[in-house]
Amino acid sequence: MVARVITWWTILRICLEERLVYRGDFVLGTLMRFLPIVTQIFMWYAIYESLRAAGQSEPRIQGYSYHEMVAYYLLTMVVRAFSSMPNLAASIARDIRDGSIKKYLIQPIDMIGFLFLSRMAHKLVYYSVAVGPFALVFFLCRDYFAGWPDATTLGAFVLSLVMAFLLGFLLESAIGMIGFWFLEVSSLLFIYMLFNFFFSGHMFPIDMLPGFWRTLVEIIPLQYLAYFPSAVFLGKIQGPDLVYGLAVQAVWVLVFFALNRLAFHFGVKRYSGYGG
Amino acid sequence: MSIIEIEGLTKSYRVYQKKEGLAASIRGLFQREYKLVEAVRGIDLAVEQGEFVAFLGPNGAGKTTTLKLLSGVINPTSGTARVMGHVPWKRENAYRRRFALVMGQKNQLWWDLPAQESFRLHQQIYRIDPTDFARTCDELVDLLGVRKLLGQPVRELSLGERMKMELIAAMLHSPDVLFLDEPTIGLDVVAQHNIQTFLKHYQQLRRITILLTSHYMKDVAALCQRVVVIAQGRIMYDGSLDGIIDRFSGHKVVTLLFPTDRVPADLERYGQVLQVQALKVRLKVDRAVISEVLGRILAAHTVEDVSVEDPPLEEVIAEVFSLVDRPETGDGAAAAAEVAS
Repeated sequence: MVARVITWWTILRICLEERLVYRGDFVLGTLMRFLPIVTQIFMWYAIYESLRAAGQSEPRIQGYSYHEMVAYYLLTMVVRAFSSMPNLAASIARDIRDGSIKKYLIQPIDMIGFLFLSRMAHKLVYYSVAVGPFALVFFLCRDYFAGWPDATTLGAFVLSLVMAFLLGFLLESAIGMIGFWFLEVSSLLFIYMLFNFFFSGHMFPIDMLPGFWRTLVEIIPLQYLAYFPSAVFLGKIQGPDLVYGLAVQAVWVLVFFALNRLAFHFGVKRYSGYGG
Repeated sequence: MSIIEIEGLTKSYRVYQKKEGLAASIRGLFQREYKLVEAVRGIDLAVEQGEFVAFLGPNGAGKTTTLKLLSGVINPTSGTARVMGHVPWKRENAYRRRFALVMGQKNQLWWDLPAQESFRLHQQIYRIDPTDFARTCDELVDLLGVRKLLGQPVRELSLGERMKMELIAAMLHSPDVLFLDEPTIGLDVVAQHNIQTFLKHYQQLRRITILLTSHYMKDVAALCQRVVVIAQGRIMYDGSLDGIIDRFSGHKVVTLLFPTDRVPADLERYGQVLQVQALKVRLKVDRAVISEVLGRILAAHTVEDVSVEDPPLEEVIAEVFSLVDRPETGDGAAAAAEVAS
């Protein structure tokens, strides 16, 4: 067990070092991600202003006031910093196609575990740089929030955030492993990103959606990558609903964990059966 | 018991046959034709502990496929193999900790980090004891003379330097069996020589078992006591390097040096003239009649110098390969049989 922890730590440390090699690109990439925040805030401002001009004194869209909308948007930014896994699926598919996947078959190492650690390192480095801009943005926008939520809500938020990270990782790596069967997954990935953009709640709060679409997003797991943790923070989900929501999120994590193991097992079988 | 035991090993791939042209490509979207490629067609081989064996064969002969089977990257279509008692394609950790595969055209090191970081990672992945690790690493680094390069990012190393680092990474866990696929490909003569010297020394020092594929006959000649010639997925020869010449070459090369400024015109009757260079003539003569032909030449002409040699190994091997690859033969088995007879 101790040996295993040391192994994990070494992998994590080396991945950290690797991430820090290209400093310039890294800092620029991290900071540029904050640019959309400004445009989004202005966009919602314009929408709410036009409603106000049309005669509404306290305009609300599906129950969301302007302040709540901006607060929601800022929170999804935070959640997506945990759940989005840029390039993960594509790199798994590429490793399968060009044969780099061999090293996971030859060496006594588990591919998914290794990728998970390397992604954790990736995220840690990202947070350490992004924490400054995030703090600044939240400080500047502090008036959009009603105040800090209570301890229970905050705890639930952190828990859902951790699970958002796990689910985001497992979803993308499962898609990457489809590469064992189709070799090229970029179109599939594009569809996934599109769905993710609309149905995770990244673009707008998904409880705004009507009828069928609402049911759809309730069924698929994407809402747990952005909407759910944000809504928890804003106190929109409480009591039994909160417990139920967290339980469903945990179930999705387990389901995708199992799917990953299965995909790897059968994928490697197929790969090693056909060539490489 | 042999350290590597292979029986009746075969491997076929299903390959999508893409026809030329756009129309054919579109048809290929709906209906695909597959071709069965038999990369390995029944190999039996036993390798003893401490042997250094070379796999020779033309491109696509099945050498790399065999190494991939033995390292468990791919599953066979049929047949069995055991390496140190393990079935490779079960990919047990107990097996994976005891062998290594080095491919000259693939790298395992972290591109952007110094090699020593990759070494440290290997220490953890293979759970190498820290003192063993330090000793082995020092030993390998000194043998290959790369101490000064340890702190440089791998991307800044030359191909030869990188290959040395790859070898170190692969040998840190002191594997008992080492598979080398074209380890000197693309390297200059000096780097090739360095790696040969290292492999030879290390193999003797640790008595490890090595299987090597290479296109450079010098690698093979310098390193391997035993050569296995593979063509069309079958073993055509298994024995010493010199034995290949006896087996596959039915002729010797006779070099004659004439004293006068005139080379006799009718040399064709003794054998095929390979080369005429000023007063020096190289003749290809059948082994069976060599002494009789020499007698006739010396009786008929004044000769200043004469030497009889085996043809160069490269030529013999190229001949063996070209016989197998002859397009009109079609079936590799017939060609193999022809060569072997």
